[in-house]
Amino acid sequence: MTAVAIQVDGVSKRFRLYKEKPSSLKARVLSSHSRAQDFWALRDVSFDIQEGESLGLIGHNGSGKTTLLKVIAGILRPSAGVVRQRGRLAALLELGAGFHPELTGEENVYLNASFLGLTRKDTDLVYRDIVEFAELADFMQTQVKFYSSGMLVRLGFAVAVHVDPEVLLIDEVLAVGDEAFQQRCLDRVRRFQRDGRTIILVTHALDTVRAICDRAVMLDHGNVHAMGTPDEVVHEMRYVLLSRDPNFVPEHGSRQVEVSSVQLIRQDGSTEGAFAPEEDLLVEVEVRANSPVDDLDASMAIHDGTNLMRAIGRTSEAGIDLGRIEGKRRLRFRVPDLPFEAGRYWVTVGLESAATHEAYHVQTQRYWFEVVESQQRREEMVARVEVEAEDL
Amino acid sequence: MLDSPGCPLTSGFLPAVASDPAGKHRRRRAPPIGTADLVERTSESPHLRLGRLRELADYREILLNLIRKELKVKYTASVLGAVWSLLNPVVFLGVFSFVGVMLGNTMPNFPVYLLSGLLAWNVLSTSLQTGSTSVIDNANLVKKVYFPREILPLSSIGVALVDYVLQTVVLLLFMLATGTGLSWPAVALLPLAIVTLIVFTTGITMWASALNVRYRDVQHLIGIGLLVWFWLTPIVYSSGFVQQKLQGSSVLDGRSFWLYVLNPMAIVIQGFQRALYGDPAPVVDGVRQQVLFDWSVSEVALALLVVLTAASVLLWFTWRLFFRMSGDFAEEL
Repeated sequence: MTAVAIQVDGVSKRFRLYKEKPSSLKARVLSSHSRAQDFWALRDVSFDIQEGESLGLIGHNGSGKTTLLKVIAGILRPSAGVVRQRGRLAALLELGAGFHPELTGEENVYLNASFLGLTRKDTDLVYRDIVEFAELADFMQTQVKFYSSGMLVRLGFAVAVHVDPEVLLIDEVLAVGDEAFQQRCLDRVRRFQRDGRTIILVTHALDTVRAICDRAVMLDHGNVHAMGTPDEVVHEMRYVLLSRDPNFVPEHGSRQVEVSSVQLIRQDGSTEGAFAPEEDLLVEVEVRANSPVDDLDASMAIHDGTNLMRAIGRTSEAGIDLGRIEGKRRLRFRVPDLPFEAGRYWVTVGLESAATHEAYHVQTQRYWFEVVESQQRREEMVARVEVEAEDL
Repeated sequence: MLDSPGCPLTSGFLPAVASDPAGKHRRRRAPPIGTADLVERTSESPHLRLGRLRELADYREILLNLIRKELKVKYTASVLGAVWSLLNPVVFLGVFSFVGVMLGNTMPNFPVYLLSGLLAWNVLSTSLQTGSTSVIDNANLVKKVYFPREILPLSSIGVALVDYVLQTVVLLLFMLATGTGLSWPAVALLPLAIVTLIVFTTGITMWASALNVRYRDVQHLIGIGLLVWFWLTPIVYSSGFVQQKLQGSSVLDGRSFWLYVLNPMAIVIQGFQRALYGDPAPVVDGVRQQVLFDWSVSEVALALLVVLTAASVLLWFTWRLFFRMSGDFAEEL
């Protein structure tokens, strides 16, 4: 079917870390090699990318994403393994590579474009588009040292999106500029995709990966930690991020009262599939008392992909006194007309003592659901939650 | 912790390739990848092959742009612009004429003699000085963009060559003013001398720029080395005089002259001087003065060819060194 555009085959990369790098003969002679420490930025990384495929590369800081991109681009040499790559490649590791403050905007466009693989003739053809995209028509004959940082970024990006490679490596550069500008950048990436270009995108914006990539790879300490659909990998990434947070404990509490089951139920009663906006979400929580409790305060919170709390419901705040709990109790938290944009959301369920705020049982972001895209959506930062309780 | 079985968050939601801490997952056999335009990047430093020239040609746009940039940056911010470039040899000429008069220099047509050698020397010295730091100066590019790293020292040489062409205007003015004519066949030495100069300069600049990434001592060494080298090369003083002196001296049985011309720049400069200075032994006040080496044109040509051959070998080795080391530039900077 389609051909492989990039093949990363068992690639490892070792950096030598020096306490103080000997950069003169004297230092080289005086210091022994034992002061160098090995640091493996990549370990046995393997994957293929088909022609026309868009791959998202995610991972926390220092996981090796940028190193891998540089190895693929040929800037760094792998310590082991092979990268095979076909077709003209352009790496956008930095906007405005080679920009010189003394040169005019126009001169810098040509200089920068040549680093991205455009010939002078190629650049001539797209020059007007570049100027238009950057919205800097009046400033092209000005030395860029007089540009504001925003203008520089726009110019750098305008050149970057006019490259014409078969394989495009993008490192974080989409994350600049205001929202409108970012939107134009994303549009541009989508156009590259339509044209059948192969793209590797390194980013921290997990939503971007889910929005535009066909597949994702998550690196962790230089290893491939997860590979699969963007949804799967982003979910995994989020979990890893959370679990690294020292404040994050997936489950804790004295268990005097326990969460025995949680169900996310759609309006039609099913527990399968994604939610449409403006559908009701019902979070049904079953609790069981291991020893009788008089002061239970139950809560349910929803967080979005950026870990922002988007909804919270609490029995105490809803004015519900759960009374004495022996045995089982069912609690319903209803979010009417789910006012969320498309994406994945995580549900936290907590059982606490109303008197001491001591935790009986808290499950942090253990459950998740999905909201699909919709035309007529009504977004709210914080959604209203209705709470009901029922004895079993 | 993540991989512990039963970890609640991943339950029912394991990614396609679960974490593999021991790195045990064996790669599936890699499917064949088409061979057209296939680029392979491995841990081995690739061998320098002639194909590299084609790659350099593919990236010539960057080279030209870098040269253009250097020239613009050098000249646009200054009021006099490129005139500065012309001023350098003129000032040199003024100073050395003055010193020459003080020391009783009687060389006829000294400006043409000095400039024909000095301009060629400047190609080497500026290439070497800017070229040795070229990789470091462009660290940001090296770390962020792929291109054949040779382009960096080559652009330094390119700038020096453009300067040479500009400065030649001064030399031509003096040649016109003093009525120095070009004489056949001596002038035929010029292209050979230029090629030799370029090959030799490239060879030594490649070496300096590659080594300077690892050992910053090189750039200081070059400053001192160039000073000594300049005075060991017959640019300011007469080469013919050196020949007479050394051949007539008892040091090494008069063979010290051969030691002297082991300096490749002595030969290269001689080539330029022979091509541009005119009569190598003009008659002054009825006395024949041997200004240049007492060599025939074909002897100079032969010497240049020897130097060119040696310089080509040097270039091959230093280029290989550069090529081998350049794979690690991005992490050494």
